[in-house]
Amino acid sequence: MSYRASFVVETITNIGGTALDVLSVIVIFQATKFVGGFTLREAILMVSLSSCAFVLADFTVGNIDRLSTYVRAGTLDAVLVRPLGAMAQLLLMDLPVRKMLRLVLAIVTLAIGLHVNHVVWTLPRALLVVGAPVFGAVFFGAIFVFSASLAFWWVDSGQIGNAFTYGGRDFTAYPVTVYGGWFRSLFAYGLGFGFVAYQPALALLGRADPLGLPAWAGFVSPLVALVAAGAAAIVWRAGIRQYRSTGS
Amino acid sequence: MNVLGARVPTISPDQPIRVATTTFGALARSGFRRYATYRQATIAGAFTNTVFGFLRCYVLLAVAAGASGGRPAGYGTEQLATFVWVGQGLLTVVALWGWTDLSDRIRSGDVVAELLRPVHPVISYLAPDLGRAGHAAVFRFIPPVVVGLIFFDLYLPQRWQTVPLFAVSVVLAVVCSFSCRFLVNATAYWLHDARGPLIFWTLGSGVLAGLYFPLRFLPDWLAVTLWVATPMPGLLQTPLDVLIERDPPALQIGLVALQAVWAAILLTGCRTVQRRAERKLVVQGG
Amino acid sequence: MSVIEMRGLRKDFTVRVSAGRLRRTKRTVAAVDGVDLAVAEGEMVGYIGPNGAGKSTTLKMLTGVLTPSAGHVSVCGLAPVPQRTKLALRIGVVFGQRSQLWWDLPLGESFALLRHIYRVPAADHASRLRRCRQLLDLDAFLDTPVRQLSLGQRMRGELTAALLHGPKVLFLDEPTIGLDVTSKQAVRSFLAELGESGDVTLVLTTHDLADIERLCSRLVVIDHGRVVHDGSIEALHERYGSRRRLVVDLREPLPPGFAVTGATLASVGADGHRVAFDLDSAEAGAVVAELVATAEIRDLALVEPDIEDVVARLYAAPLSLRHGLEQ
Repeated sequence: MSYRASFVVETITNIGGTALDVLSVIVIFQATKFVGGFTLREAILMVSLSSCAFVLADFTVGNIDRLSTYVRAGTLDAVLVRPLGAMAQLLLMDLPVRKMLRLVLAIVTLAIGLHVNHVVWTLPRALLVVGAPVFGAVFFGAIFVFSASLAFWWVDSGQIGNAFTYGGRDFTAYPVTVYGGWFRSLFAYGLGFGFVAYQPALALLGRADPLGLPAWAGFVSPLVALVAAGAAAIVWRAGIRQYRSTGS
Repeated sequence: MNVLGARVPTISPDQPIRVATTTFGALARSGFRRYATYRQATIAGAFTNTVFGFLRCYVLLAVAAGASGGRPAGYGTEQLATFVWVGQGLLTVVALWGWTDLSDRIRSGDVVAELLRPVHPVISYLAPDLGRAGHAAVFRFIPPVVVGLIFFDLYLPQRWQTVPLFAVSVVLAVVCSFSCRFLVNATAYWLHDARGPLIFWTLGSGVLAGLYFPLRFLPDWLAVTLWVATPMPGLLQTPLDVLIERDPPALQIGLVALQAVWAAILLTGCRTVQRRAERKLVVQGG
Repeated sequence: MSVIEMRGLRKDFTVRVSAGRLRRTKRTVAAVDGVDLAVAEGEMVGYIGPNGAGKSTTLKMLTGVLTPSAGHVSVCGLAPVPQRTKLALRIGVVFGQRSQLWWDLPLGESFALLRHIYRVPAADHASRLRRCRQLLDLDAFLDTPVRQLSLGQRMRGELTAALLHGPKVLFLDEPTIGLDVTSKQAVRSFLAELGESGDVTLVLTTHDLADIERLCSRLVVIDHGRVVHDGSIEALHERYGSRRRLVVDLREPLPPGFAVTGATLASVGADGHRVAFDLDSAEAGAVVAELVATAEIRDLALVEPDIEDVVARLYAAPLSLRHGLEQ
């Protein structure tokens, strides 16, 4: 296939992917006016925050899922003998310029989300609208790294990570009120997904949290992101150590 | 008798069907056994299916809670729950995505091995795929369904004919899905790289099969058009709708019959494409 | 009746060539350019040629994977392309670089599966498998998944797989490529024994000429799509003038002007202490006698003509020269 055709296909895929996410939300809202107590406009804001964070993470750290391929093929050794850190090599290997388009789309959707909700701007909110996607991206990035690291121990475990990366993205696309019981507690607070889009959206909208968290919870995402990043770094290093010692 | 007893085998003329069934069965079993060797991936996959089951189920239940009358697009809450959990279970059985066996073999040239065997090449891929579906039916279908039964209220079929009809519907869905995947992979004969069509297929099939949202959430005219004009709804949506008895019995049977029609059309398509591809291979080389 | 027959076999490919900066013209390349060949039942034929000579193309036409552009080809009395499925039951094919086994399953299961696919009666299949297991030492890895086998093990598996349905003709495309020495020996002995039985016709393409020397009574050399030699290995040596070489170590350098009728001085080395003569028409003994009369011999050796040399020279010679030599 010529490079031009390949590029067109990738572009359409990127647009298609994002479009489908938005489309799903819209179709669901045809069936009902409120989902989890929130309107379509509010839901768009949440899904756009989630989307921005995920796409930004995918753009920067996304290549790390190649790790399992290398481990399985035994070619990680070639990466480890080079004088640059393993993670740096994996990430720099192929700068995903095409994903840039998805990022642009996500930002546009965020702008739309902010507009239709008539957000009342204050300084904290202005900081939040930039900070939430960025720290959300750090958080997702940590999830990516963690899920990729599983390959160090279980080579064919690729799918488990998906539950938390793509599953996490799906989780954050909807208000946390939608979920129930122990599942909600685990994902939203235990793992921290609630702080990526839901809490920041509440803060931007000036709404009180139906689930009872205080208003400043929307600004907690930097802390959550840093904790996640720290945990992921530990797991990654343990994984490399494990790989080196067993020789796979 | 010499070293290896070279002798041309004769195929007894009055036993061809039985012999063909044994070949088919042997190939199907090979598909089952192959996937049985992927233990880690199976467990990981079942885990992921379960997590996604929770995610989708909660969303649809929230939709039902907000919808007028509590029955969005005619689905009750338990029906929606069954839709999600059985849907997650069926995902791997029907295997919409991730199948590149044929296109990989075309690119590496290994596909010639299929040409050198006395079995129709389409059967060489269909039979093992049915075996794979059988494996998934046990190891990827049952776990999410059991979890769903434990944590949510699922709709259980009330008509005696629903379960056998569901089974037939699933088999037809697998055949249709296989044919679509086969056709998408076969583009590699002409394009030398099936990645483009594969990506389109991955995107389109998910939506049109009812993965992101039940197709009946769409406006009626659109849903009906999709159902009749494309095989996609038959891949996932139909078996699920049959199981949750969303329609009266006559329509249930009608939907399955529609699947059968599409299966016949698609398999014929596969045969035609295979013949064209062989002609190309055989004239122009690989 | 020949089990393989090729008359005037041609295969043309259209190749797009860039002519100049932007234009691209089409050019027809004859991969196989009029091959006439007949193979009798039970023969063991080596089919060699440089890369791009048309070996694989010929093999593909024989097995029904490629349509000839012109000419006639029949295998076991069948036309390969139109009757491909029927032919598949009568032939076995082993590709050196491609596998016909099932990658993820144990080797033994591939064999069992093939029994069903080729509809081989259970007893025949079992006895053939037993023989192969014995001769090729398969038991050690019969339960290993094919993707974990070494190349040598896999090749032994492929050979077995190709023979389980009792084919009349076995086509082998580079069967020993990449194998370690032990595996090569195993494969060669197996094929030698197979060939000696006389029921299986063997057509073997290879770059390893030791295979040919061990296995084939008949050698067909193809280059640029044409047959340039078809006969025994001795005939090849004779035709292309490969000679035995006498290498002699002398106590003192050879006196200049020394000559012997029927032998050519090929090389002088070690300051004249080592001389080599190519024997054209003279006998080795006669040359030695002449030498003894002139100089003191410390040691001598007689080197047989190397088929590698012959073929290398054959590949290197211009085409016209080769065709001239044919007549």
